[in-house]
Amino acid sequence: MITRLVRALGPPILFGALFLAAWELFVVARDIKAYLLPKPSAIWGQFHDNIGQIWKVARVTGLNALVGLLVGLALGLVMALLASRFSLLGELIDPLSVAAAAMPIIVLVAIFNNLFSITSEVPRRLMVAVVVFFIVFINVAKGLRQASATQLELMDSYGAADLQIIRKLRIPNGLSFLVTALRQAAPLAVVTAFVSEYFGGPQNGLGSRIAQAISSSRDTTGWAYVLAACLLGLTFFALSALVERWAMPWQHHRTT
Amino acid sequence: MTHAVEITGIRKVFNEGRTNPVVALDDINLAIADGEFISLIGPSGCGKSTLLRLVANLIDPTAGSVRVNGKSAADARRDGDYGMAFQQSGLFDWRNVVRNVELPLELKGWEKAKRRSRALEMLDLVKLTDFANNYPWELSGGMQQRVAIARALSFSPKLLLMDEPFGALDEMTREHMQSELIRICADTGSTVIFVTHSIPEAVYLSNRVVVMSPRPGRVAAVVDVDLGPRSDDTREANRFFAKVTEVREALRGYEHTDALTGGDMR
Repeated sequence: MITRLVRALGPPILFGALFLAAWELFVVARDIKAYLLPKPSAIWGQFHDNIGQIWKVARVTGLNALVGLLVGLALGLVMALLASRFSLLGELIDPLSVAAAAMPIIVLVAIFNNLFSITSEVPRRLMVAVVVFFIVFINVAKGLRQASATQLELMDSYGAADLQIIRKLRIPNGLSFLVTALRQAAPLAVVTAFVSEYFGGPQNGLGSRIAQAISSSRDTTGWAYVLAACLLGLTFFALSALVERWAMPWQHHRTT
Repeated sequence: MTHAVEITGIRKVFNEGRTNPVVALDDINLAIADGEFISLIGPSGCGKSTLLRLVANLIDPTAGSVRVNGKSAADARRDGDYGMAFQQSGLFDWRNVVRNVELPLELKGWEKAKRRSRALEMLDLVKLTDFANNYPWELSGGMQQRVAIARALSFSPKLLLMDEPFGALDEMTREHMQSELIRICADTGSTVIFVTHSIPEAVYLSNRVVVMSPRPGRVAAVVDVDLGPRSDDTREANRFFAKVTEVREALRGYEHTDALTGGDMR
């Protein structure tokens, strides 16, 4: 167990440590100015000194991402279930979803800012929800439709009712697609919440703090916020991986 | 006496009324006795799987009738008179082995304790008791197919419908599974309709082999196989090879006439 853990985590940790050491050495040896590239140790120092402030603003961005993620997830699920039941609805939403995946829909946040009060968090959360909705909808709708022909014939041969086929076959089958969607959507929810802050609104989140720090030449502090943003994204990814393990134990065995 | 399955004047046309109708089956008549093991054999496109699905009431005939235990195929399906197994096991990934076997019982509203004990009984029958709590992907192809058979038998159907269930298995596993199937059927007294491409498999398993010809699917010959109780020695007996040859020649028979008349018709 421990040797397996070391073997799995050892190489990336070693690589990370070497990378940071090389970075530190490079900056010191070449005497690079902090506004170009600060030392990792200095970034860590800033992170440490401002931990209270960082925690406060990371919580704002994190909450926006989380609320948007949950709302988008719920909406995507409900719509996918409806679309699998009523094919007309699916035909209406399908092309829209494909188009949405190809467009930088994040710019919608500017419009949401106008629609809702610019001092509220609603536009950002709404933006996250929209991005998450399409990912969840596309994946789950596909999963609900893709039950294998053999399994459907089996259910027929047992004389299973429509509702039983949905409950025992289509939904569990769709679940694996939902988890795939969640793994894509969770980090993207953070990115969206983060980028949304660049389109105006309250200056209380990680994104706006990075912009402020850089523009007022507090570059190392800016990097400390970037570090926090990375950690936030990783946290969301780790949470989605935990959900996957819990919801689909059979899948977890296969991938490891 | 009522037959386990009575197929009368069956005709099945796909795409009827459109520009490209396909006659999959024509004028099929077949009576299967209780406890009989029947194989359907023939080249691809001879309609053997279609015939199986008609008996299973998964599709409807264009003309003719199928009666199972004296009932219509639709009533037989509702009453749970038959179990099915396909080339793919069709096991549910998210259910462990014992819960896969329980699935049909669950759908039929059996209570939990009862269906668990029945599922374990079935796993004992296919000798997979030790794997009850494993997931399907942890099992070999042959073991998965055994789970599928246990599942098909779980609600004690009188009739077992199998569509090339051993088609994806290697030769060794396949022969082993054939012996297992014969043992299981002897235990349960099931009537079986078995679709296959393999002549030795059909001869080894069956009381009668129904040889089918394609375009449109018809019964070309019915070969009686009276080899007595099967054992591993059966596969090496001269009588076995004689039956294999008989089926092979029945399969060739229509090819010759087909080739001869085919030229004339054009």
